[in-house]
Amino acid sequence: MTFGVIVFPGSNRDHDAVYAVSNVLQQKVELIWHDSASLGSVDAVILPGGFSYGDYLRCGAIAKFSPVMSAVKKFAADGGLVLGICNGFQILVEAGLLPGALIRNRSLQFVCREVELRPGTTDSPFTCAAKRDRTYRVPIAHGEGCYFADERTLDELEAEDRVAFRYVQNPNGSLRDIAGILNRERNVMGMMPHPEDATEPLMGSCDGLVVFESMIAAAVRA
Amino acid sequence: MSTAAITPDLIAQHQLTPQEYEKIVSILGREPSYTELGIFSVMWSEHCSYKSSRLHLKKLPTRGKLVVQGPGENAGIIDIGDGYVIAFKIESHNHPSFIEPFQGAATGVGGILRDIFTMGARPIAVMDSLRFGSLDDPHNGARNRRILSGVVSGIAHYGNCFGVPTVGGETVFESCYDGNPLVNVFALGVCRKDDVFYAKAAGVGNPVIYVGARTGRDGIHGASMASAEFTEESKQKRPNVQVGDPFLEKLLLEACLEAMQTGAIVGIQDMGAAGLTCSTCEMGSRGEVGVEIELDRVPQRETGMTPYEIMLSESQERMLLVADKGREEEVFRVFRKWGLDAVEIGVVTGDGKLRVKQHGETVAEIPNRELADEAPLYDRPHTQPLRRVPMRGPALPEPNVQSALPALVASGDLCSKRWIWQQYDYLVRSNTLAGPGADAAIIRIKETGTSVAMSLDGNGRYSYLSPREGAMLAVAESCRNLSTVGARPVAATNCLNFGNPERPEIMAQLVEAIEGMGEACRFFDTPITGGNVSLYNETLGEGIYPTPVVGIVGLLKTAAPTGIAFRNAGRSLVLLGGLGVCDEIRFGGTQYAKVILKQLWGLPPALDVDREKRVQDAIREIVNEGLAESAHDLSDGGLAVAAAECAFSSGTIGARLDLDSDLRPDLLLFHEGPSRILLSTAQPEKIAEVARRHGVEALSIGVTIEKAVEIWQRGKLLGKWEVTELKTRYDQVLESHVR
Repeated sequence: MTFGVIVFPGSNRDHDAVYAVSNVLQQKVELIWHDSASLGSVDAVILPGGFSYGDYLRCGAIAKFSPVMSAVKKFAADGGLVLGICNGFQILVEAGLLPGALIRNRSLQFVCREVELRPGTTDSPFTCAAKRDRTYRVPIAHGEGCYFADERTLDELEAEDRVAFRYVQNPNGSLRDIAGILNRERNVMGMMPHPEDATEPLMGSCDGLVVFESMIAAAVRA
Repeated sequence: MSTAAITPDLIAQHQLTPQEYEKIVSILGREPSYTELGIFSVMWSEHCSYKSSRLHLKKLPTRGKLVVQGPGENAGIIDIGDGYVIAFKIESHNHPSFIEPFQGAATGVGGILRDIFTMGARPIAVMDSLRFGSLDDPHNGARNRRILSGVVSGIAHYGNCFGVPTVGGETVFESCYDGNPLVNVFALGVCRKDDVFYAKAAGVGNPVIYVGARTGRDGIHGASMASAEFTEESKQKRPNVQVGDPFLEKLLLEACLEAMQTGAIVGIQDMGAAGLTCSTCEMGSRGEVGVEIELDRVPQRETGMTPYEIMLSESQERMLLVADKGREEEVFRVFRKWGLDAVEIGVVTGDGKLRVKQHGETVAEIPNRELADEAPLYDRPHTQPLRRVPMRGPALPEPNVQSALPALVASGDLCSKRWIWQQYDYLVRSNTLAGPGADAAIIRIKETGTSVAMSLDGNGRYSYLSPREGAMLAVAESCRNLSTVGARPVAATNCLNFGNPERPEIMAQLVEAIEGMGEACRFFDTPITGGNVSLYNETLGEGIYPTPVVGIVGLLKTAAPTGIAFRNAGRSLVLLGGLGVCDEIRFGGTQYAKVILKQLWGLPPALDVDREKRVQDAIREIVNEGLAESAHDLSDGGLAVAAAECAFSSGTIGARLDLDSDLRPDLLLFHEGPSRILLSTAQPEKIAEVARRHGVEALSIGVTIEKAVEIWQRGKLLGKWEVTELKTRYDQVLESHVR
């Protein structure tokens, strides 16, 4: 399976994503520069963590206008798997591929620590390898990770089984403890925690593997 | 040339003495222009020229078999094997952080990161050594809390966006830092040995290229500001503080590393203190060539800037490089890709001079070597180190261990710093094997299977009591931290924070600390490959404690770290190095003396370097053989605090200590004698055997137990606490202060 990792000039967890997918999971990876109009022939796309274009205005607010995002939108519309992690999640929300918004953490501070996640659904290409009766230890590192949406959207996400992950202990004030969500077609997922940083025993946890293993399993089935 | 009259007043405003001015006139063979006066004043400032300390810095060891580059470049470089090197250095940003905490600290991080990647190395770790005034001081508490919050968010803002993990450091509160917080930032990067770049201009006719941010009026005279005491008027110096843009720095990093790969770059230096002035004349001086630039070509953010302003601006995120003539376009192409300005502003010449032109007219012409390397050198008088505390302390009151330990773990220096480090991204790049809270941070080098351990240490109280011993203890502790995680210490960088060197009793502190540090670094075989001296840390005539901070790096094989947390109940507790010795004089610098007795007296803990080395050799072997489940070195707060910290880190497992000693309980539990490490283990016999082989005591002092910490001395219970209760105090106190 070939993953494409988008590189915005301010991406800084692009290396982490590449390492997890290529060195740990032994899959092919291509870096895709932000001004590319095409994604080439990748099977899935990762929008990595970082500060896309500095994000001084609002996280992801400028990234949504980048040439590569038109390609990502088309890729998603054609059913391709799109995973947005942290800043990637923020960009997907800004680009309208996922509903809601990510606002400043309730503490108003950046927070970096390990959290426990519970899968909200296993019915998705990003969580199909997960077990509902256990939790997953994965780090977070963000200043604007508080998931926010109106009541109707939140109800809809739950009714349509589109909450991918929930925090066991909410670290940032996200409504309904939401850590990750799916689009209606279930081929786009955004999550604030960093599964790519929990893929080896040396990283202190391998629980993040479940996201990538799910994607690989889903791609094989497709 | 500019015709502004050079008056004695103007010279004094530039913090140049009449003698220094005479030297300028003799170098030039004429009176300097206003621009030239400005250029000399920043290059010959204490901050850039080390004029008070240089003579003594020569006493530090700088060579070693792994040292690829010692002092004199942007960062020191150490060979870590397998074709890779690491570049690292520490720098202070004390003065700007007092005036504008957020930007002061942020640009401190930015400056040291540029020092690392200008050498071709990608930054992979940052640590910070921070010192503030007391947070609950009735007069200055609010200001100190504001400085703390500002500094921490400034560091977080810059490092997090740039994408470098901030993996450790130290935070200390002491009233002497009230008007003079210390912000020392350490950064470390990695690159292939063949890819190291130097800040040297070469090749007459080669183009000099300016890259990165445009030049504005910010930061003019920052270096001179950092070379003076603070007065009531210092707040007006806020415009001297630069403003940082971490996103631009990230672009600069990627673009520089990519441009270096083209092979078209001859030399490169960042524009830090003294900006364009420093980068041009230092690169010229190192390469023994001249550099000529035309200011009209320098990208400018503001209109109407004078040569003086352009040359002295400390606008951030700028670099100067020399490229191979004819290959400029390869360099420009990379910077265009990253959306950065890259402009040819001048040329390397053969006359050894810095020649600055504006509108085609020469506005400054100064020989590079004299400007960069022949700043005045002062052998400032030094007498006895300043010390205003007695050798003998008060009669020690009957200790109450039960209340002392909770008070200590909830005190400023010993409490959890989670509120601080949780604001830092300490994981980005997925190399952090041990981060904040560990004895030493460990970053793996994915390419080689080697990991780098690093630790920052300094103790102002010890150094005030004895600058020489304090500096030696800092080196010993830093090395011990590395050894405790299994690393072999290999090299050091230092940041020397002191008061006004023109006072002989302050100069004496500096001289003794440098000598002590040199002696210890020589003994532990950790040459100093670079660093920084920050003097004039005084406000309204009140100086800080002498605060030498050392950052030492060590190497180890990549493996899962041992950590400080107790992991299982029922394990043996072994105190490697034994209970140690302490008398009342050596007790006066401890945290117990500070927190419980609110006094300072006597001398720092006694250090026996031979014993220290044996203990460190033993612990490295123990940890690397996997004989210990946890290992934590004893430092501030002594044995009781170390045991509590292991319990806090575990969260549930505590300890029962049974101590057989004649010492008073306060001395026994809270003295800070070095060369000791607390271990929990299922294999005490094997540890005893290793210890015996190294001639070190391995004293069995108890067992790990569920949920509680208990301390007994010869059958008498001295104190007993629930781990969760004690930990809650430890965890929450800092946050409760800043909210």
